[in-house]
Amino acid sequence: MLRTLSRVSELPLIVKQLQKNAAQAGVAKTNNYATEATVQVNRPFKLHRLDEGPATEVKLTKDEALKYYTQMQTIRRIETAAGNLYKEKIIRGFCHLYSGQEACAVGMKAAMRDVDNIISAYRVHGWTYLMGVSPIGVLAELTGNQSGCARGKGGSMHMYAPNFFGGNGIVGAQVPLGTGVGLACKYKGNGGMCLALYGDGAANQGQVFEAYNMAYLWKLPVIFVCENNNYGMGTSSERASCNTDYYTRGDALPGIWVDGMDVLAVRSATEFAINYVNTVGPLVMETNTYRYSGHSMSDPGTSYRTREEIQEVRQKRDPITSFKEMCIELGLITTDEVKAIDLKVRKEIDEATAFAKSDAELAVSHLWTDVSSNNLEPKLRGTNSYNLDHIQERKGVNH
Amino acid sequence: MRVSQVARSCFNTLRLNFRPAPMTRSHFTYYPTAVGPGDAKKMNMFTAINNAMDLALEEDSTALLFGEDVGFGGVFRCSVNLRDKYGKDRVFNSPLCEQGIAGFAIGVANAGATAIAEIQFADYIFPSFDQIVNEAAKYRYRSGGLFDCGSLTFRVPCGAVGHGALYHSQSPEAYFAHTPGLRVVVPRGPIKAKGLLLACIRDPNPCIVFEPKTLYRAAVEEVPTEYYTSELGKADILRKGKDVTLIGWGTQVHVLLEVAELAKEKHNIDCEVIDLVSILPWDTETICNSAKKTGRVVIAHEAPFTQGFGSEIAAYIQDKCFLNLEAPVKRVTGWDTPFPHVFEPFYLPDKLRCLTAIKDIVNY
Repeated sequence: MLRTLSRVSELPLIVKQLQKNAAQAGVAKTNNYATEATVQVNRPFKLHRLDEGPATEVKLTKDEALKYYTQMQTIRRIETAAGNLYKEKIIRGFCHLYSGQEACAVGMKAAMRDVDNIISAYRVHGWTYLMGVSPIGVLAELTGNQSGCARGKGGSMHMYAPNFFGGNGIVGAQVPLGTGVGLACKYKGNGGMCLALYGDGAANQGQVFEAYNMAYLWKLPVIFVCENNNYGMGTSSERASCNTDYYTRGDALPGIWVDGMDVLAVRSATEFAINYVNTVGPLVMETNTYRYSGHSMSDPGTSYRTREEIQEVRQKRDPITSFKEMCIELGLITTDEVKAIDLKVRKEIDEATAFAKSDAELAVSHLWTDVSSNNLEPKLRGTNSYNLDHIQERKGVNH
Repeated sequence: MRVSQVARSCFNTLRLNFRPAPMTRSHFTYYPTAVGPGDAKKMNMFTAINNAMDLALEEDSTALLFGEDVGFGGVFRCSVNLRDKYGKDRVFNSPLCEQGIAGFAIGVANAGATAIAEIQFADYIFPSFDQIVNEAAKYRYRSGGLFDCGSLTFRVPCGAVGHGALYHSQSPEAYFAHTPGLRVVVPRGPIKAKGLLLACIRDPNPCIVFEPKTLYRAAVEEVPTEYYTSELGKADILRKGKDVTLIGWGTQVHVLLEVAELAKEKHNIDCEVIDLVSILPWDTETICNSAKKTGRVVIAHEAPFTQGFGSEIAAYIQDKCFLNLEAPVKRVTGWDTPFPHVFEPFYLPDKLRCLTAIKDIVNY
């Protein structure tokens, strides 16, 4: 636990250091490089029941560029490491990778304020890291070891951090939960809101529509984010949804379509949406994106789409490559800086991977901890030939 | 008598042949059921289920098969090639919406067609719980017998698989056993899976087949190739014994068969092993006969202790067999915790916990 915490606090330091070095380098090179640029988002937003949309022209500072690039690259590395650990049979069970979708999380996170919350489904390794858990916290959770952010008790789909309500294994179940988090924000009057994320597959769950309705009736500060990666497990969105314009599916709820491969577009749309849900009411945001891997590790991801399709997205729309190229072109980042970040990230994730592999499992006695709080019956039932007390070890961050 | 002895010796021989290496990763050793006369083919459980659905689709032109990713075989490959054979209007993918799948299946069955619906994991069945419990189970009763959705069968992979964690490991059979109007069964292997599935498809009540997902590949048997059904509501006595009755279903049956061997070997305790097969309705007669004979009953299931289906069996036995019992009925089950990820081996009612229970009940 201590280790996890210290890693969490280390991370911003690394980023800051990088930024500092980078800034110095920029100054030394006689201002060849810009410190700020104005950028046009790649593809226009599409709007539903909105007169005005997010800003299409956005500012990007050098610090931001370095941060977003580092974050996206770190997520990609974590996922690559997770995929490899899975193939080595060190990660077992279920494992869903976020590779290809990094710009969605990084863009949304860039717009989020301290009071804001997020809840998502089972493709959350990247979000966990962005919300403050160290790569070790993520990878050790995947390997089921004690430094994992849920102490190895949850695994891939069950990762949490303050303001990050997880990690949910049931398709669509997190959407009403996020709506409830939005209600709490409104009731407390803390100015916060909740991003409730789901995929194009979950968009067809009935409870999503129930949540839309309640959020609209009560004007809750909730952004319903449909991360449309085009495939709900192995079924393409066209074969699963009568209306694939997911941003319009909230009926009365306004919607925005965003290029989810463009981190700045996602940031701009999220900034707009945060303001909107806090002043007017909920809306739906569709981030159009793509996952490179299969739905989970047991899905090779090529039986329902072609390898060429995946290759084409990788070459033409990759969120990291396109952002990197843009930043270099704008003179915000140098190729040397890119290399330095790549090296640093690789080293950090390699070390985290090694640690996650060698870390110990939680002691067996933790199996029966944190089942309930103040259990009325002190002994756990069903443990014949054991005699186990109920123990509450951790107090939730929400208390 | 002689026939059953021959069958038993066959069964024992088979069992010996299938002794695995001692250090297997799963918590059970698979004990195949011996096949009767007739043509048989080596199948694992998912191919046997595939074969059953193939026969059902062939026999009944109104039969439809659907669920998440079912069109191209489903995550466990049970429906593989069936879309090619019967067309995409009969075998198709549904969107990811379990409540919708259940409601849709009930509608299909109500209109007289045969619905075979797959819920991808038993852990995902809860969004459809309302449809199954309030709509499917009560349709006949509430319409005074005018309508029913009896031609409805849910196939639902359940149970521990070694690494499934909280949402891919649960065994929710007891929730459904609490609902009059449903049929709930759990096969222990390929032969039973095929027979039960075909019986459920034909049965005029809405049925749920909980298929232990760890057996899909691990369980291999010589499965008869012809169409056959296994009786619903009938338990199987897999090993005769006089000292202790062991009751389980699904994967747990194999744990108990091994435990029975261990009990004999190490403690000279003679256990009778019963596969309950049917959870609702369950075979009270077979269970009570055995309980009266041995006077000691151990029930084991993966689902948690409190309100697991073992509670119902234990309550029934103490009511009907009280004077024959030598000791209180014992339950060895998953604990009252969520299904844990890394701690699965400790959570499961494994052979050692079952063996301890046998010792305890004998020494009571």
